[in-house]
Amino acid sequence: MINQVYRLVNPRHFEVHYKDESLSSPLVAVRPTYFSICAADQRYYTGKRNKEVLSKKLPMALIHEAVGEVVHDPTGHYKVGTHVALIPDDPTEENPVIEENYLRSTRFHSSSCDGFMQDYVFMKPNRLVSLFDGLDLEMASFTELMSVSMHAIRQFKRRALYPASTLGVWGDGNLGFITCLFLKNLFPEAKVYLFSKHNDKAEHFSFVDRIYYIDHVPDDLTVDHAFECVGGYGSESAFEQIIDHIEPMGTIMALGVSEYPVALNTRMLLEKGLSMIGCSRSGRVDFVNTIHFLEEHPHVQEYLKTLVGSVQTIHEISDISKIFEHDLMTSWGKTVVKWQI
Amino acid sequence: MIYGEILAGGKGTRMGNVQLPKQFMLLDNKPIIIHTVEKFLLNDRFDKIIVVTPKEWMNYTEDIITKFIGKIEKMAIVEGGSDRNESIMKGIEYIEETVGVNDDDIVVTHDSVRPFLTHRIIEENIDMALKYKVIDTVISATDTIIQSEDGETISDIPIRSTMYQGQTPQSFNIKLLVDSYQSLTNEEKGILTDACKICLLKGQTIRLVRGESFNIKITVPYDLKIAEGLLKGESGK
Repeated sequence: MINQVYRLVNPRHFEVHYKDESLSSPLVAVRPTYFSICAADQRYYTGKRNKEVLSKKLPMALIHEAVGEVVHDPTGHYKVGTHVALIPDDPTEENPVIEENYLRSTRFHSSSCDGFMQDYVFMKPNRLVSLFDGLDLEMASFTELMSVSMHAIRQFKRRALYPASTLGVWGDGNLGFITCLFLKNLFPEAKVYLFSKHNDKAEHFSFVDRIYYIDHVPDDLTVDHAFECVGGYGSESAFEQIIDHIEPMGTIMALGVSEYPVALNTRMLLEKGLSMIGCSRSGRVDFVNTIHFLEEHPHVQEYLKTLVGSVQTIHEISDISKIFEHDLMTSWGKTVVKWQI
Repeated sequence: MIYGEILAGGKGTRMGNVQLPKQFMLLDNKPIIIHTVEKFLLNDRFDKIIVVTPKEWMNYTEDIITKFIGKIEKMAIVEGGSDRNESIMKGIEYIEETVGVNDDDIVVTHDSVRPFLTHRIIEENIDMALKYKVIDTVISATDTIIQSEDGETISDIPIRSTMYQGQTPQSFNIKLLVDSYQSLTNEEKGILTDACKICLLKGQTIRLVRGESFNIKITVPYDLKIAEGLLKGESGK
């Protein structure tokens, strides 16, 4: 079968390419139904990655947050018509210690291989997770982003040195919203504080115990542990504030991606005996945990629906750039894409 | 019921050696018709997919489908007719004989030598045929269309913005198509090579589905070269 792959060939320029796929391969054919756009996709689209990275990786199909419908499964794992979340990391080896998303050999769709902007996507059966009936597919389109929060929280549970009575989340974007929401429900005894830069964004976080604006944080305020969901240019000031306000031997979960080197107050990091845990992406177990968590917590689904900023439909290739441009103009929420190309 | 009907009527031409009909020629090491059948198989709305092919190529068609895809229960290989419309009707006769035809049943007919079609094109054909009964897939004409009655002088140059190029699929409410076809005289049947035109002449409104410029028909070696070029174009990472 000739599969259409919609690749970014240069910043802001997509082209359709064609690739032969076999229906007799041991892969599950999935028709993507809903995508959501991630900041990482935008860094490729706008050409913010450095030139060497772009010339090495492009042309490449973008998008790694997606749900779809199984249309053919020669492996017998899924019924045709099953709605699934697509797991973008594709490990090529197993390791007893290093999780799949940290293995250097793992491929990642829309980073080291084509993303999900294709007519059909062919996936190994264990790179799909079935969705439960009634799950809102527009919201489920960003399951991958939720699984990143879920992954960080699982790592935190394993690696924090003492239980949390106060948890600070720095960053009022989509990842900060999901992380706060998950923490509030997974640690009901703990107080969850949001550290926000923007008043209008913080208003969406109705479920946190307290919102602090980063330029008005009381000097004596402390948190037991911190989740950094800022990234970019804001990373440095976020880490500075976290290190200032975290309790000794606290754990900092670092989630925000920065293209730039970030200076850290290592003196205080050392003096306080802090742990800093890097978190990137997620693995199958985090997807499974996320879907299970959503099924068990219907009210969380309702909060997550408020994160759907807009739903745009792609009918033809020229719509792709329009929607990426629309997303760039959006200050809050996820741009969800209905894939009808 | 929703039927797919893939038209594979090419017989090949005798030029010293018997050549393979174009639908069986290899594109990226796979017969063109297999690419097309696979795209239809990925749409589970089809209750049955019928491949219509000349009698002498029925075994061959079945063999390569088994070889490249496997045994597929919802596929049938049916002997074609003397021309394109007769072949479409042979597929419909098969439906009438095996299942029977209901008022709402539709058939999505497609050239076996257009392997580049997309999920959207198939979906829109199904959705719109269920709603509007007759559907043609087209793209806007990019070249100016010249009409010449005698092949030597221009008789008309139609306004380009109103011109489209026909592709496939063409999709029909089965009963409507059969009624329209049966009302034609034998002479009319000989002249009307396009199934949509049969319905048009009977006063039926025909809706358009947007095709794709890459949904090309592979009919001559030049087309095959283009198709190979598309597939072997710049690869992704």
